[in-house]
Amino acid sequence: MQQDSLFEYVMRLSDDSLILGQRLGEWCGHGPILEEDIAITNIALDLIGQSISLYDFAAELEAKGRNHDQLAYLRYENEYKNVLLVEQPNGDFAMTMLRQFFFDAFRLPLYEALMQSRVAQLAAIAAKSVKETRYHLKHSSEWVIRLGDGTEESHMRAQAAIDHLWRYTNELFYENAHDQRLQESGAVPLMSDIKEKWQKTVHEVLQEATLQLPSNNWKFDGGREGRHSEHMGYILSDLQYMQRAYPNMEW
Amino acid sequence: MTQAEHERHFNDKIAKEIKIEPNDWMPDEYRQTLIRQISQHAHSEVVGMLPEGNWITRAPNLRRKAVLLAKVQDEAGHGLYLYSATETLGADREQTIDDLHTGKAKYSSIFNYPALTWADIGAIGWLVDGAAIMNQVALCRTSYGPYARAMVKICKEESFHQRQGYESLMKLCNGTPQQKAMAQDALNRFWWPALMMFGPNDAESTHSEQSIAWKIKRFTNDELRQSFVDATVPQAEILGLTIPDENLKWNEERGHYDFSEINWDEFWQVVKGNGPCNKERLAARIKAKEEGLWVREAANAFAKKRAMKKSA
Amino acid sequence: MSNSDWPLWEVFIRSKQGLNHKHVGSLRAPDATLALENARDVYTRRSEGISIWVVESAHIHATDIDQADAFFEPSDTKIYRHPTFYEVPDGVKHM
Repeated sequence: MQQDSLFEYVMRLSDDSLILGQRLGEWCGHGPILEEDIAITNIALDLIGQSISLYDFAAELEAKGRNHDQLAYLRYENEYKNVLLVEQPNGDFAMTMLRQFFFDAFRLPLYEALMQSRVAQLAAIAAKSVKETRYHLKHSSEWVIRLGDGTEESHMRAQAAIDHLWRYTNELFYENAHDQRLQESGAVPLMSDIKEKWQKTVHEVLQEATLQLPSNNWKFDGGREGRHSEHMGYILSDLQYMQRAYPNMEW
Repeated sequence: MTQAEHERHFNDKIAKEIKIEPNDWMPDEYRQTLIRQISQHAHSEVVGMLPEGNWITRAPNLRRKAVLLAKVQDEAGHGLYLYSATETLGADREQTIDDLHTGKAKYSSIFNYPALTWADIGAIGWLVDGAAIMNQVALCRTSYGPYARAMVKICKEESFHQRQGYESLMKLCNGTPQQKAMAQDALNRFWWPALMMFGPNDAESTHSEQSIAWKIKRFTNDELRQSFVDATVPQAEILGLTIPDENLKWNEERGHYDFSEINWDEFWQVVKGNGPCNKERLAARIKAKEEGLWVREAANAFAKKRAMKKSA
Repeated sequence: MSNSDWPLWEVFIRSKQGLNHKHVGSLRAPDATLALENARDVYTRRSEGISIWVVESAHIHATDIDQADAFFEPSDTKIYRHPTFYEVPDGVKHM
């Protein structure tokens, strides 16, 4: 098995989880109502948990003696391989829920496919995460539908969120030579299959929500190659603050 | 039943340790006292999310980040259980929250102190949750059923809060001199505000006596404060930290620790809104409620539309 | 109730197979779907349940506390409904 390709692939998964979990953590204490505050924090906790399992696996693959915290906390910005979508600011509740929905609709079919991976450990992590992700998608879909088909204001905000976030969605299906190698050995699924499922979910939910896809199909990418948005530096300065200010200490 | 009979019946139940339940007759003042106390307690849980919440994105490792998220989330849950208990008394949750936002209702003053370093997160768990648990364990036997049941659930869940705080400080105290200094600094800043959490001295406490008679409260402020000091001093010794009170010493005769008088001027100033973070804390809660308004409206509008579709 | 206030729901949880759903508390939600999701997040964070019921509080009917005597006391005197009312010789088994 191509260890370096697999490492790269697992790091993408864990970086996506970590950075989105970090973003959702910002909501804690500020949600639109207590019940939803608790719900968002639950999703954040699932994502942080997933990132721990994934970084542990990546650390094993890398075999350089780094642990999950060193992988999560002690890399330079261009070494993080998360998609641009997850680093976008929380914005209003509509922006957060649409970001979540686009991500969940991608993550669920991906994990479902990874359960069949020839890489046993990856399949095991996927099997555990798939249940959490199924719930996340249910929750974010429910909210997208309510916001879209709620009041005039909520519809407008949800549509604005789609119009803004749409440009970051294509990157979810990014592939390079690493992917091809892993696909050939049956370790990971084809992104075209995942994209098809994602499109179906997005289409169904947005239709029920009476929301439209934007006509402008211009897309951004870069995160998977380590080129991030300006937001990323600020995320990392929070995330890494303690590890950078107090190096080599145990907490 | 006449008013007098109702009252006799009620007092009889209190005397026999029979819980009062939502639809039972109760003196209006008992109801108002409970609404005030439980909602104040609920507000404290929710405002209490803020100082710790501000460290979630900066938690030093993934395990601590998950623990902190889970803990702050619990506070939201506890706020919710308690608001539910006030609703059984006929107090509307949103109205209760508005009372907090207009300054009519209070919350625990401790949350008006800032969480400046990572060690503060440990100190909050150890001291603030420790002091809260002291209060809450006593409240598990409070005379009002829904409040008592909420407290039982809260106490069960909170037991991890204090332990994780203590464990986190332990790590610092066994770490580098820098880390230990950070822990000592946190203790220096949180010790006195933690003691203030039990409220004014018994002689100054306006609601205490009646609350004890009604078995809403089972111990006085000073009794609980003393228990807290007695329990905490040995814990500080194990950490190797020094409690910032020159007069703190074991009194063989009383079987308790003696400690200095609290700075009551500071206490009352913070209660009145002049603490270091009062304005920020309230502003954050008001902002959350206002910015959530359109979300809550949208969900209601959607529910109405769907209900109409169903009946059509 | 203003447009932004969500109705109150009562939450009942079955903690494990073989036990009844038990009332655990209440919460606010705009509709049944979100009430169930909120109940899951608020009341089963520590694996407290395997099944949840929610019902809007307004739909619950309760006995009148003022009529509690009339409702419940008459049954206190009907002790013959309890097995201990009846005497059976010591030797009789399986009864």
